[in-house]
Amino acid sequence: MINVRNATKSYDGTLVVDDVTLGLKRNGLTSIIGPNGAGKSTLLSMIARLVNMDDGEITVDGLDIATADSLELAKRLAVLRQDNHITARLTVRDLVAFGRYPHSKGRTNENDLEHVNRALAYLGLTDLSGRFLDQLSGGQRQRAFVAMTLCQDTDYMLFDEPLNNLDIHHAVSMMKLFRQAARDFGKTVVVVIHDINFASCYSDHIIAMKDGKVAEQGSPDQIIDAGILADIYNTPFQVQNINGQMIATYYGV
Amino acid sequence: MAGAVSRKKIYVIACVAVVALAVASLFVGVAKISLIDFLDGTVSQTDWLVLQTSRIPRTLALVFAGTSMAVAGAIMQMLARNKFVEPATTGTVEAAALGMLVVLLFAPDLPVVGKMLVAGVFAIAGTGLFLWLLTKIPLRSVVIVPLVGMMLGGVISSFAAFIAYRFDMMQAMNVWTSGDFSTVLRGRYEVLWLAFGLAIIAYRGADKLTMAGLGQEFSVSLGLDYRKVMTFGLVIISLVTASVVVSAGMIPFVGLIVPNLVSIAFGDNLKKTLPWIALFGAAIVLVCDIVGRLIIAPFEVPVGAVLGVIGSLFFLYLVLGRNAYAR
Repeated sequence: MINVRNATKSYDGTLVVDDVTLGLKRNGLTSIIGPNGAGKSTLLSMIARLVNMDDGEITVDGLDIATADSLELAKRLAVLRQDNHITARLTVRDLVAFGRYPHSKGRTNENDLEHVNRALAYLGLTDLSGRFLDQLSGGQRQRAFVAMTLCQDTDYMLFDEPLNNLDIHHAVSMMKLFRQAARDFGKTVVVVIHDINFASCYSDHIIAMKDGKVAEQGSPDQIIDAGILADIYNTPFQVQNINGQMIATYYGV
Repeated sequence: MAGAVSRKKIYVIACVAVVALAVASLFVGVAKISLIDFLDGTVSQTDWLVLQTSRIPRTLALVFAGTSMAVAGAIMQMLARNKFVEPATTGTVEAAALGMLVVLLFAPDLPVVGKMLVAGVFAIAGTGLFLWLLTKIPLRSVVIVPLVGMMLGGVISSFAAFIAYRFDMMQAMNVWTSGDFSTVLRGRYEVLWLAFGLAIIAYRGADKLTMAGLGQEFSVSLGLDYRKVMTFGLVIISLVTASVVVSAGMIPFVGLIVPNLVSIAFGDNLKKTLPWIALFGAAIVLVCDIVGRLIIAPFEVPVGAVLGVIGSLFFLYLVLGRNAYAR
């Protein structure tokens, strides 16, 4: 369970996350949606201790992220931010293997190796494992980062816009992978995502943010609603049930 | 697995090559010492004396300085996350020289290790200032990073030059900032053992340094104490640089050329690449020193000058090179 209590953050006097209180239950895929500047990424980064809070408290399985041992947290929670730029020339395999650091501390054993191979296989990177990161396309690199995060094998996995740079095929397989991790392996996956329909079709729970606050939260059926979405995005929406999936369109035509 | 075998083979060849260069370095010089005499066991008393007091210390100094400066450069590139930096382009060298100046003014009788430590503290401050500047300045281009470092170095060294000028110590400044191994004698280079030891300590932290090179966010997510690793790297770089500045004088560009060549060939996973970086570092300094001793024999071109020529050409190649590798 991740508990966020009164989390607040402002940059240069602008309130980005405004007194958010939130509970994220274990197991399942949670999507955070909302317009630009709603505070989604900042909230995710605060939960992952990458950004300091101005005020409030966040606990992960009862551990206060402000005071808990960082290595201990790294065994429970992994995060992948967007726009990762790595100048070091590492092979895909080396990068993914660093995901094992919280467990192995540099002494990789058989078990670690198995995790690395499995993560590479899940993301379809086995054949590319010897390539350097700078020899990959943007989408391949993004998959390598996700593989590294999976390899950390934590109960909680946070991803900020994980579908960036991915084509439709890889975006769908990535979301399927997250759902599988949640359903079959009991992981808790939290994604910040722009594509509402991916959120609708794959999430167990959706959190809609606006102006630094949680505007609405609930199941996809509850949140993917023309009225709610129109409020959040200031844009007219149409929502249709297509074969049991709630699909939102907003192209204004 | 074929790749692994051939890589091991190359590794052995490289080791043998460095040893061969070191042996060659022992037998190049004004006093002719013959390798054959040496093997026959007919070496004269004077030849032994030359070997013991001058040649062996010089060769060891070259190996240690080359190895540790190359390693320091690689670490610097990881910490700054930029391929164009090394201790000579980050204010480290200038700060160490300023430290030496301060020692000579206030505590000239300090033993050389003490001098090195003071220079090291100055180097830590200078390099720390550089890394802090990098977090404050929005950097639009990777080439700006070393420029910032060189400007910082320029500011520090103009400050040092002012003091040196007032106290008539300009010549000493020159000695520290331009590497020359012709003055290395037994009793005057031993602090370089320390630099070599620091390079070995750095190897033990190779994984953490590589992770720090992935950036603060990845480091924190993996549970790494980012500040601690940055400090560890900073101290290694600074003390290595201070040792070299104090003993033989700064050898430029080794920290730039060697890690970049190794990176192009083998990547940047320091656990795998640091041994290569160390070997190449020793090799390039040995070669440049031998060249410097031969081209205008019986006079010498200091190794710093030889490296300056090669290094600046290589730097241009890196900046202008058609491959986008460093970006």
